[in-house]
Amino acid sequence: MTIHWARRIGCAASLAGTAVLAPCIAFAQAGERVRIAFIDPLSGPFANIGQNQLKSWQYSIEQFNQRNAAGVRFEVVPFDNKASPQESLNNLKSVIDQGIRYVVQGNGSGAAAALIDGVGKHNERNPGKELVYVNYAAVDPELTNGKCSFWHFRMDADTSMKMEALTSFMQDQAALKRVYLINQNYAHGQQVSRYFRETIGRKRPDVQVVGDDLHPLGQVKDFAPFVAKIKASGADAVVTGNWGQDLTLLIKAAKEAGLNADFYTYYAMTSGVPTAMAAGVGGKVRAVAIGHNEHPGMLKWQGGFKRQFNDDWYTPQTYNTMVMLSEAMARARSTEPLKVAQVMSGLRFTGFAGEVEMRKADHQLQQPVYITEWRKADAKAPYSVENTGFNFRELKSIAAYVSSTPTSCQMKRPA
Amino acid sequence: MDRAHFLISLLNGLSIGLLLFMLASGLTLIFSMMGVLNFAHASFYMLGAYVGYALTRASGSFWLALVFAPLLVGLAGAAFERFVLRRVHRFGHVPELLVTFGLSYIVLELVQLVWGRAALDFQPPTVLRDALFTLIQSPNVMAFAWGDASAQCAAQQGSTCTTFPRFRAFGMAVALGMLLALWLLFSRTRTGLVVQAALKHPRTVEALGHNVPRLFMLVFAGGTALAALAGVIGGALRVTEPGMAANVGAAIFALIVIGGLGSLAGAFIASLALGLMESFAVGSDRSLADLLAWAGLQASALPFGAAVWGIKLSQVAAILPFVLLVAMLVLRPKGLLGARED
Repeated sequence: MTIHWARRIGCAASLAGTAVLAPCIAFAQAGERVRIAFIDPLSGPFANIGQNQLKSWQYSIEQFNQRNAAGVRFEVVPFDNKASPQESLNNLKSVIDQGIRYVVQGNGSGAAAALIDGVGKHNERNPGKELVYVNYAAVDPELTNGKCSFWHFRMDADTSMKMEALTSFMQDQAALKRVYLINQNYAHGQQVSRYFRETIGRKRPDVQVVGDDLHPLGQVKDFAPFVAKIKASGADAVVTGNWGQDLTLLIKAAKEAGLNADFYTYYAMTSGVPTAMAAGVGGKVRAVAIGHNEHPGMLKWQGGFKRQFNDDWYTPQTYNTMVMLSEAMARARSTEPLKVAQVMSGLRFTGFAGEVEMRKADHQLQQPVYITEWRKADAKAPYSVENTGFNFRELKSIAAYVSSTPTSCQMKRPA
Repeated sequence: MDRAHFLISLLNGLSIGLLLFMLASGLTLIFSMMGVLNFAHASFYMLGAYVGYALTRASGSFWLALVFAPLLVGLAGAAFERFVLRRVHRFGHVPELLVTFGLSYIVLELVQLVWGRAALDFQPPTVLRDALFTLIQSPNVMAFAWGDASAQCAAQQGSTCTTFPRFRAFGMAVALGMLLALWLLFSRTRTGLVVQAALKHPRTVEALGHNVPRLFMLVFAGGTALAALAGVIGGALRVTEPGMAANVGAAIFALIVIGGLGSLAGAFIASLALGLMESFAVGSDRSLADLLAWAGLQASALPFGAAVWGIKLSQVAAILPFVLLVAMLVLRPKGLLGARED
């Protein structure tokens, strides 16, 4: 693994000329405590994912506190938003009351949109007390298009990028004829359905969409009726943006009914799903993601995380976020959110997968995307997800410039 | 809709309905007795799933859990009736209602304290994980085969195979067995007759020398044990997590109102109806626009409601029970087979 940050501590190459003039330890921000509010579901149907990601943040922060470019000490403060936009805003009030200036959130584009709005309003009304919001996993393209904000930074690849990547893989699958879409009925699920139809229509007009279902988020406990419908449609592939329990139960029901279709997913690696898949899936399961179990940039950390928590580190965005924040703080020589955000906007840094760029126009991280497949672990790829003896392996890697999609964002920047 | 899809939807609907009935039967019995709804009923369902999970883990046997989890939860229910409800009873219905409401919160928090907030990996026993039978649908004919016939199906071009899991069938069998046992208990045994009498005329039965408070405790314990039995099945069939009580809670209240408060037969009919409705509604892509088209109207030509006409039945499947509930309350407030006029 190539961890450049370790060597770049203090006054690294990234600081170029300025570092020569000022001794590193004299940086104004060095030694400061930076609290990061984590707002995500820690109870309810998506609690297992929130709990895993909270651990991922704690782990990443622990690693960066040993050494980071800015020499600051990070600390994560968890808030439970119960996967609800309304609760997220209540959490945000507590965050502001406690004087925390950095917010991270990822599970749910509905909650993300509420936070963009809440943070934007707060920052407008309280100059000098701004908050920065790092969105590490909510992928609705609207968040960096129509709803884009200077204070919002997205670390995951959005649905338009992931769909571009996924369909560029699917278009080469000659056997693919009939696709069934099943998604959660909210911003993200609707966008998956919309972007799939758009891109596949462009790349493989012969592929037929034989079903397009939207079901309530986190409410369906029995997917058997949905699977019966998929079965009857004669689909040979299912495309779903479902996550958490909504994917676990779907896979479980598909197995029980003997569904033979391949699954093209966004979130098959999230907590609970691997265990359900280990019981067997009729077809293949593929996932589009920004990392995978055999990615050289992930090996060391996923191993360390497994040893410490006996859990899987499937949110490498936590690593990228910490690189981005600490580098920006070092360059800004401050932990003041406004100054840090100005540096982060357009920042190029070395993430776990090599050089990435926080695009200035919309604050969408430009990064490679991978198509991965769920396979039995072997000598070459020994990692065991959820101790199932299976893991995700790369089928195709899509470079940042290929998966990149245009933005309509007209960002209002602070003076 | 081809025959295999229809049959599977029917069976899925029946299995959802029978699971609901296991819950609703206990709730409606307790209602007949107390005269108020037991808000904590779905919590006993959840408790059944969690205790079942813990017993399966501890003993390594699902069957042991299936027997002992309902007994344990039934005991807890008896204790709750004996030491809490009975004391509150003399203050009237509202305090009774509130105390069960409070209990549902306590159970939820307790479950989260003991087992955590995430979903548990509660699986059916190995022997029940495979397919019970396979429906093989060719373009024109439908064939039936016991066990998993996927291999046989893959050989046949153009046919699709749907398997029906054993555990789902087992859950249905347990529910039907329970229905039979309840019917025998109430119609063929002396205890059943006394309970039935005590539900309607407790004073008279007491005057005849029966211990009515003890009977009530037994009914409450029995009702919660049935909920726990449903919990062990439902927990393994679906998912065991702290939200499972809230998820079925609303549906079973709607259900017993539709069936008629206090009526077991009504609850049975309503359960099956709701189960089938859920299964077939999810499988349908029809919308109001189709209904209008059938009536010779063009939805797009209507001046209003463009967004509403196009909503598919599958999208509103989750709210249909409540639509039915409102309709029932408006048209026939006592429910399908309800006896109470007040």
